Amino acid sequence: MAASQAVALPAIPERRSRSESIVGQIWRRFRQHRLAMAGLAVICFLFLAAVFAPVIAPYDPEQVNPIARHQPPLSAGHPLGTDEIGRDVLSRLLYAGRVSLVVGFAAMAVTVIVGSVVGLISAYYGGKVDAVLMRLTDVFLSFPTIYLLLVLAAFVQPSVLSITLIVGATAWMEVARIVRAQFLALKEQDFVLAARALGATAPRIMGRELLPNGIGPIIVAATLQVANAILAESYISFLGYGIQPPQASWGIMLNNAQDFFTRAPWLAVFPGVAITLAVLAFNFIGDGLRDAFDPRQRVG
Amino acid sequence: MNLDYAFRRLLQMAPLLLGISVLGFSMMHLAPGGPTALYTLNPNVTAEDIERIKEAWGLNDPLHVQYLRWAGNMISGDFGNSFRGGAEVRDLIVERVPATLQLMGTAYLVAVVLGFVIGALGAFRQYSVFDYLATTGALVTLSIPTFWFGLMVIFVFSERLGWIPSGGTQTLGSGGGGLLDRLHHLVAPASVLGLVLTAQWSRYFRTSLLETKNQEYVRTAHAKGLAEPTVLRRHILRNAVLPVIALAGVQLPAVFSGALVAESIFGWAGMGRLFLDALTYRDYPILMAMLMITAFLVVFGNMLADIALGLADPRIGARS
Repeated sequence: MAASQAVALPAIPERRSRSESIVGQIWRRFRQHRLAMAGLAVICFLFLAAVFAPVIAPYDPEQVNPIARHQPPLSAGHPLGTDEIGRDVLSRLLYAGRVSLVVGFAAMAVTVIVGSVVGLISAYYGGKVDAVLMRLTDVFLSFPTIYLLLVLAAFVQPSVLSITLIVGATAWMEVARIVRAQFLALKEQDFVLAARALGATAPRIMGRELLPNGIGPIIVAATLQVANAILAESYISFLGYGIQPPQASWGIMLNNAQDFFTRAPWLAVFPGVAITLAVLAFNFIGDGLRDAFDPRQRVG
Repeated sequence: MNLDYAFRRLLQMAPLLLGISVLGFSMMHLAPGGPTALYTLNPNVTAEDIERIKEAWGLNDPLHVQYLRWAGNMISGDFGNSFRGGAEVRDLIVERVPATLQLMGTAYLVAVVLGFVIGALGAFRQYSVFDYLATTGALVTLSIPTFWFGLMVIFVFSERLGWIPSGGTQTLGSGGGGLLDRLHHLVAPASVLGLVLTAQWSRYFRTSLLETKNQEYVRTAHAKGLAEPTVLRRHILRNAVLPVIALAGVQLPAVFSGALVAESIFGWAGMGRLFLDALTYRDYPILMAMLMITAFLVVFGNMLADIALGLADPRIGARS
């Protein structure tokens, strides 16, 4: 086994064609997961709605209309009704989706980058470096997320960027652990030893050997992180420490809706449904990807 | 017994607590205005006054001296004074502990029992309609923002049906404050938090039971002709439930987060509510104390869970 892997090194073109068929296999398995496919459809729908918001939205999301306040859903010209100053709920929902999805994806990117760097360094160098980084991970994991999020949010001027960084800063630990565990398992494999024997540098081994081989669980974690980030943003915004009005995210819309809850419950219903749909869709996709990447692990 | 393991586990806590306190200390100093924020934000206090305060509080000392003093105060339970009103932070927090414990305890209890029943039914009827509904339902529950869920519960059960009070820990004025009245107020926040936790517990139990069910010793037990209930009780349940104990500790941060949201929605006067009020006034001593206390409790909870697991399962202590 060891010898055959090491000798197989010159056959690089063959490896590429095989990796393509692996992607094909994963996609075939993913397609069999009905809920994951439904999730994918929902995300495509939300994504398109956010991208084409200026085209679809019937009104300017910030256009105030004092004579059409608190119009219920399905009233003339306002399919989802209007809010307390007559802004069209559908238009606001579309534009808010842009903010929520951007924060979700950007925070996921922060999470994955920080987590991968920490996990990779930890696994590759081991020893004291590993011990220190893993204790740091434990320290961050000891804080209840919302407490940490809110304290950090209270320190900074809220903006899309700062909220993204805060959400990313409180969520990288799980990715770090996954990456570390994944690479500790791979590090002693023959193809890594072969690369090291050939004189490959540490960054090259990490980037070219370890990363592509351990990517599955990271992609799964990243997908679930988008869901977590959208939720985290909505929590901060709902509690009043998120992005400031008039710019809206789904969480901000809910925060607003709270004050007019008895008179206009629809203001709270639609953003909540949007958040739940997006989060659920990413969770389903994550589940589907987990099964697709590693059918042996399948539990549910 | 496994006291050696318990002791080792206790020692492992030390670097963690050190890390947590260093992070907390740094945040207190990074906060706008730092520890003297109350005075720097007050226009009536001059720069000379602040310099005097800094000197009196030892803020011009080297950082490590300041850290040791701060950490020492924390350990002895001195969390400083609130920026607003100047009351001792410790007293403010202690006052709120019972309400949070009631809420979290009730939710935990409901979740462990319900989660076990749902998880077990799902695991023993894998791929049945019930299993499918339960796993999908759990994921849906975990995808709903808790605060929105709380709002909807208030809207339906309080606004429309009038079954439950819309918030608070008891009815104000005469007639309020009795045990029944308190329980009546507890139903909604505990159910909302409990349902979220139930979803998690049902997933834990289901996974653990499925794994155990397929172990070879279970097949052996079946093969040697033991009755189904005996195999279930002595071989499957006992081994499947143990690893889940450790998750009680792992889940603790999420429970604190969930409790904060539930307290905020239902006006439940617990620690989460205190934290949110402190946030409104940027009352950093309270915020820092809460952050430290919750983190310490999480570390402590994890340790207790691990020790309990070590005592229940001799293999664990022997391993490391």
